[in-house]
Amino acid sequence: MNVNQQAHMTSPYRQPQPALQGYAQPGYGGPPTQYAPYNGPNPGYQQGPTPAGYSPYSSLPCKTFPATLASDLSSNSSSPLDLGPVRPPPNSGPPPVSASQGYSQYTQGDVQNGPPTMSSQPHRPPVSQSYLPGSQPAYHQQYGAPHTSMQQMTNQMSGMQVSAPPPAVSGYGAFGQMSRPQPGYGGSYPGPQNYGAQPPPPAAPPQKRLDPDSIPSPQVSALPAVQKTRHRIDPDAIPSPIQVIEDDQANRSSEPFATGVRGQAPPLVTTNFQVKDQGNASPSYIRCTAYNFPCTSDMAKQSQVPLAAVIKPLATLPLDEAPPYIVDHGETGPIRCNRCKAYMCPFMQFIEGGRRFQCGFCSCVTEVPPHYFQHLDHTGKRVDCYDRPELSMGTCEFTATVDYCKNNKIPQPPAFIFLIDVSYNAVKSGLVDLICAEMKTLLDYLPRESSEADSCIRVGFVTYNKVLHFYNVKSSLAQPQMMVVSDVADMFVPLLDGFLVNVNESRAVINSLLDQIPEMFADTRETETVFAPVIQAGLEALKAADCAGKLFIFHSSLPIAEAPGKLKNREDKKLVGTDKEKTLFQPQTSFFGNLAKECVAQGCCVDLFLFPNQYVDVATLGVVPSQTGGSVYKYTYFQVPSDGDRFLNDLRRDVQKQVGFDAVMRVRTSTGIRATDFFGDFYMSNTTDVELAGLDCDKAVTVEFRHDDKLSEESGALMQCAVLYTSCSGQRRLRVHNLSVNCCTQLADLYRNCDTDTLINFFAKYAYRSILNSPTKTVRDTLINQSAQILSCYRKNCASPSSAGQLILPECMKLLPVYLNCVLKSDILQPGADISLDDRAYLRQLVTSMDVAESHVFFYPRLLPLQKLDVEGDSLPTAVRASEERLSKGGLYLLENGLHLFLWVGANVQQELLQSVFNTPSFGQIDPSMTNLPVLDNPYSRRLRAIIESFRAERPRYMKLMVVKQDDKLELIFKHFLVEDKSASGGASYVDFLCHMHKEIRQLLS
Amino acid sequence: MATYQEFIQQNEDRDGVRFSWNVWPSSRLEATKMVVPLACLFTPLKERPDLPPVQYEPVLCSRPTCKAVLNPLCQVDYRAKLWACNFCYQRNQFPPAYAGISDVNQPAELMPQFSTIEYIVQHGPQTPLIFLYVVDTCLEEEDLQALKESLQMSLSLLPPNALVGLITFGRMVQVYELSCDGISKSYVFRGTKDLSGKQIQEMLGLTKPAAPVQQGRPAQPQDHSISSRFLQPVHKIDMNLTDLLCELQRDPWPVPQGKRPLRSTGIALSIAVGLLEGTFPNTGARIMLFTGGPPTQGPGMVVGDELKTPIRSWHDIEKDNARYLKKATKYYDALANRSAVNGHCIDIYAFALDQTGLLEMKCCSNLTGGHIVMGDSFNTSLFKQTYQRVFTKDYNGEFRMAFGGELEVKEMGLGGTSQWKICGINPFTTLGIYFEVVNQHNAPVPQGGRGAIQFITQYQHSSTQKRIRVTTIARNWADAQSQIQHIEAAFDQEAAAVLMARLGVFRAESEEGPDVLRWLDRQLIRLCQKFGQFHKEDPNSFRLSESFSLYPQFMFHLRRSPFLQVFNNSPDESSYYRHHFVRQDLTQSLIMIQPILYSYSFYGPPEPVLLDSSSILPDRILLMDTFFQLVIYHGETIAQWRKAGYQEMAEYENFKQLLQAPLDDAQEILQTRFPMPRYIDTEHGGSQARFLLSKVNPSQTHNNLYAWGQETGAPILTDDVSLQVFMDHLKKLAVSSAS
Repeated sequence: MNVNQQAHMTSPYRQPQPALQGYAQPGYGGPPTQYAPYNGPNPGYQQGPTPAGYSPYSSLPCKTFPATLASDLSSNSSSPLDLGPVRPPPNSGPPPVSASQGYSQYTQGDVQNGPPTMSSQPHRPPVSQSYLPGSQPAYHQQYGAPHTSMQQMTNQMSGMQVSAPPPAVSGYGAFGQMSRPQPGYGGSYPGPQNYGAQPPPPAAPPQKRLDPDSIPSPQVSALPAVQKTRHRIDPDAIPSPIQVIEDDQANRSSEPFATGVRGQAPPLVTTNFQVKDQGNASPSYIRCTAYNFPCTSDMAKQSQVPLAAVIKPLATLPLDEAPPYIVDHGETGPIRCNRCKAYMCPFMQFIEGGRRFQCGFCSCVTEVPPHYFQHLDHTGKRVDCYDRPELSMGTCEFTATVDYCKNNKIPQPPAFIFLIDVSYNAVKSGLVDLICAEMKTLLDYLPRESSEADSCIRVGFVTYNKVLHFYNVKSSLAQPQMMVVSDVADMFVPLLDGFLVNVNESRAVINSLLDQIPEMFADTRETETVFAPVIQAGLEALKAADCAGKLFIFHSSLPIAEAPGKLKNREDKKLVGTDKEKTLFQPQTSFFGNLAKECVAQGCCVDLFLFPNQYVDVATLGVVPSQTGGSVYKYTYFQVPSDGDRFLNDLRRDVQKQVGFDAVMRVRTSTGIRATDFFGDFYMSNTTDVELAGLDCDKAVTVEFRHDDKLSEESGALMQCAVLYTSCSGQRRLRVHNLSVNCCTQLADLYRNCDTDTLINFFAKYAYRSILNSPTKTVRDTLINQSAQILSCYRKNCASPSSAGQLILPECMKLLPVYLNCVLKSDILQPGADISLDDRAYLRQLVTSMDVAESHVFFYPRLLPLQKLDVEGDSLPTAVRASEERLSKGGLYLLENGLHLFLWVGANVQQELLQSVFNTPSFGQIDPSMTNLPVLDNPYSRRLRAIIESFRAERPRYMKLMVVKQDDKLELIFKHFLVEDKSASGGASYVDFLCHMHKEIRQLLS
Repeated sequence: MATYQEFIQQNEDRDGVRFSWNVWPSSRLEATKMVVPLACLFTPLKERPDLPPVQYEPVLCSRPTCKAVLNPLCQVDYRAKLWACNFCYQRNQFPPAYAGISDVNQPAELMPQFSTIEYIVQHGPQTPLIFLYVVDTCLEEEDLQALKESLQMSLSLLPPNALVGLITFGRMVQVYELSCDGISKSYVFRGTKDLSGKQIQEMLGLTKPAAPVQQGRPAQPQDHSISSRFLQPVHKIDMNLTDLLCELQRDPWPVPQGKRPLRSTGIALSIAVGLLEGTFPNTGARIMLFTGGPPTQGPGMVVGDELKTPIRSWHDIEKDNARYLKKATKYYDALANRSAVNGHCIDIYAFALDQTGLLEMKCCSNLTGGHIVMGDSFNTSLFKQTYQRVFTKDYNGEFRMAFGGELEVKEMGLGGTSQWKICGINPFTTLGIYFEVVNQHNAPVPQGGRGAIQFITQYQHSSTQKRIRVTTIARNWADAQSQIQHIEAAFDQEAAAVLMARLGVFRAESEEGPDVLRWLDRQLIRLCQKFGQFHKEDPNSFRLSESFSLYPQFMFHLRRSPFLQVFNNSPDESSYYRHHFVRQDLTQSLIMIQPILYSYSFYGPPEPVLLDSSSILPDRILLMDTFFQLVIYHGETIAQWRKAGYQEMAEYENFKQLLQAPLDDAQEILQTRFPMPRYIDTEHGGSQARFLLSKVNPSQTHNNLYAWGQETGAPILTDDVSLQVFMDHLKKLAVSSAS
């Protein structure tokens, strides 16, 4: 933990204490040793610890950095920027106090925030003063002359502000004024400076709220960060993700988001909002990095803003939104443009009285087939426009004709094949028992069309160790039959009839089989496994049955048995950080790539459940799943009591979720831009068609666009994503998503309409793919570089002229630094010593197919304080920022990132609270190994469990609950997810990184 | 001394031996001049109800290169307790157990009547018999059903402790694990991929992973708990296997129009051989292959799966047009050799309308002493009864089968010692053994000397006992110059005919048909020249002595037999016929060469008649036995009567009896013969009458019918020469000085 943080943390405790009489908590009285060094910082700072502070952040030039800053500051002493603006001036001592007094008792007790208060109070001035000599004057000036500097400061800040109507707190009046005009302006306009129309904001020094949670927002949205003396930068003064999320939720969740207007950025992905499809696809399906594309490639290049869309073609919509309409254009199939083959959509312009239509994508004019003809009304619209979903909605689904089927043959219903490792490890861990027991009920929930009573999906079973066992479960048999194939070098399917069966017909035989499998292998001593032949077996079975399908492979160990695709243990941590690190992410052998190709050709999607006790080489084993649109699940050191629930829930969801097979996705765009790059779990045999053996509702594909010509502001940019797939009942369907965005000639317009969450999704996928080919450090530098260019371009072209020392961020990208930092310090790009190569490879693949919501929470976990839980209503408490200093010793916090779920218990939590949550009044008696909370009949427990369940329901993967007690060993793991803090692996804290970004930007500007 | 006839008969009864020459020419040169080689037909396990095996082990000559067994022909010095080996003249001490030996107290092996004696060897572990069923599932439903029933039936015929195993094949090959309860388990192999024995054992999990060598512990010899997964005692898994057979389905893989089912016979056999090789080497085991069609994929395939390409015919083979022939033959040959090395025999039951690739596969049985049975369908009594007969028991209630047979022949004055592995033997298995006289002409065996031959047959009796049967015989040497008449008189023309025929068949396997016939003719002519009495250039003067009189006739029929004539026979049929010909005993072999024809009439009791078209008369019923077929032929009149239903009328009871008589006789043959002959009931003008017409001597043909001007007999529409013409030519050539 960093000294800085300690300092912040300690202070609040001390400060509020007196006020917290009600909470006579011992912990507060005597700060634990952890906090003890509180007094230390001062000397530390004085001695110039800054360099040391930076050093862990490897990509920063640690020593020179502060120096540079100092010089900047000194030479530019009038600059408000630096931290000055953000942080409360030294004389702001009183406000904090008052603020803290203003808090309700409850709040204060729960929240461990105080840092600002503390630091801003008595300690600050000395600290700044004692800072590096060079910088001292600057600080002094800043603090000493707050008014002037503040003014500019606030201007900048206001420019960045998203929203935030002035809070009731008087101290924020200045901000409030600034922000008022903004909402109307799209929220992101760097108003005053650029246009000069705005009165300068009052100079009132920004005040620090002590409790970020209780603060409606204001200063958080303010922005300038400063490099230098990062310890001085008040974390509350830099852009707060929580604030942005809260504001967006507050402002944009009430009204449905109608998609009729071109180029309208949707609410944030974290916001709950309803969508009305009025001609553009819902953001649930497509989100873009920018909704105002630059008209020219020069402009795009200049801005460096990636133009990309994250498409989740089969996304599950909220319950209150209707699934896409299914349109049948009859025997001739969907109406399409003659030239570019785009499907009928709202962008098609009907002309000549409706006899022809002009394609919005390629402008080609196509005859309207007689059966589709309709007259136009006076506005040139077809009179049946609103009766036809394909003409009025951004998303619709066509039924495909036989021409759209493989080999011009209506496909068979798909099949699910379960391939279960029965080697010693799998049996011993209880896995085989568990799978077989679960399978009996699971088979009742195979995906089916909503119109059908039973699923058409056939199932088959294989067990394996170093040989494969196929099972004949034909309904006419009294007993299942096992067929062993030991010729794994040349895999084949030993039976035809009876391998893939209808569940209902063969129920008795299947149950008998599932009963017997655990018995048969109970005494196995076989420890070796094969892997590639397992996939081949499934593939061959699907080929033999002439259908597409999905393999569920439950696998436990590195496949070292003699067989194709045999792997060796190549885990070598010494390679981490070297130029050879990339090889660890590449498959050991090209065998699996070729196998994946075959799988894709057959429509064989592979889902892999891994249960390793040691290195299994996820990078290699995951090749086929990732290229076939499948998923990899990993349960390291699997034990039934602790991981059984997670695995079973994942399995259930994985089996039950809606899925399409044998899919081909193509993204068509209007002239001027082109989809050039694709990220996700799929295979591409050419540059345009994304082939997915399987495509489920959780998979997203990120598509990058580039200019190949000029775009016009008038027509905007259109994109159409068409996915041809086989539904779970064997129907061939075409799902078409259409989206139009604006085009702009002004960079400012571009920067006003971006979606940072999507941008981060793109950056992450881009970076995670790049590490396959480039050293990790290069990848990180590239990311920082590009982001710096984006921001400097803004600063240069869109922000009002101001001192170079000021950090000015576009409103809609003000969270870019914090999120980018999360990507950079993720386990993939900056691994700690404790993370295994398998974990990294696993996470890398996982991110590849994430949609924006998932990637958002993955990189910036959600941290909920639970002490102020509204047990009656169903609203969630406002999240706090992922930083340790936000944690209160007396609090309970829930943290989730889509994969992990932690319940952090402060050492000083009230006994009553513990009692109602854990059924024990004693902190010491809480069992950290529990994976679910005890079911207790009290409102708090009920509500807390409901929240946990709702979190789990929200994510594609089940999150196992880990209870983390403050100061417990496990806390280290938990702290890993406090992404605003400096990480153990050397990842920079948010503040540090912001400083660094600022430096980068300034370098670019100069 | 009795006649040679009696001598021969006595020798055959006692020792199961018949020599072509019972007096031996004394030098190599003379032996070659005899034309018919010095050879014998030997039936190693001839049933001898009067010969109880002795319960001790044979006494062997101590010379390491000899090791002949003490026998009645040895010189014994009772006082010194020494015996002299009659093969190498080594003098040997009797073992201690023979201390009480004397003139009057002789062990059995020294008594003349025990020239054939059987020892039971007690040492060594006794392994149960093993039966491995290899079953084709590419059959028609009713065929499969019939086969399944027969297999189930056979389980009840096996000794309870016998081990059984099951392999099925079609497109894939399945090896069933018989030990498990509940779920039935099988190992499946691709039918197209050749695997070594070691690979097969590995894939079946028969080899334990090479565990780190534990010091001080020798490698476990054979873990039967592993191998027993596939081979289980009948009494333990009787029910299990019955159920398994019951559930056995036809090969489920679809057979597209115009294709043959994919049948992996080659791999199935390879796996069977590999399985036994790894688990039970050198023990008695039978692999029983049941197949209903040709192998169509993988190594050993005989024909592709395209129906439009027919399976190879003799024509294709002559034109070198049989694509798979050589490769397949080589493949099965290698398998057969492996199997033979381990003492396992392979039976082939091939039942299909078309050929099944016996030509290629025959070596599997030929080299291992297995059976080959061929027929049209498993759903016939031919199969069902023949198969049942495999398990018939002898007078002791023991199976008439022996395993792992090994024959060793020791000769004196002949070639030395030779060893052969026979594997499967039954009491009828008869071997032709050809000797070479090595004495040089200028150093002949002294007059009055006797040559001795000892046959040592080691085998595993069906009771799992290890036994050794020793037959020691001796014959006189004679100087061919001075004592030619002795040699001539000692000629066994029946044995000679069969032995020559076997040579001919052997040649036919590798040479073109006409060449073989020419060779046979030349031999016959030379024999006639050597032993016939004639005036030069005067055919009418030609005479043969009685001991040669039938020989030319045998040759005539042999020339026409399916063993040498491939016309009208498929390669498979030829292979099948030849297979049986080279292993049946003399009587059966003669029937095969020259079928027997019986005539039934109102004029007297049934009588054997000439195998001649003149025997085919309207008022006769004929019964012909060719070994492979039993033909009952109703003459024209008889047939008309039968059609008119006279046999149903009380007053024609005698006609009914006449009709019944041949049926009863046929029944008797059908009951005993293995393989069961094909039973054909036909009549004058019936299409099946061809079986008879093709065999009889065409003394009357469309060419000479009118010349004869008689109404007797039936003309045969053929251009084949008749016996008469054949004999005429033979005489002419024999007396010709040109040849």
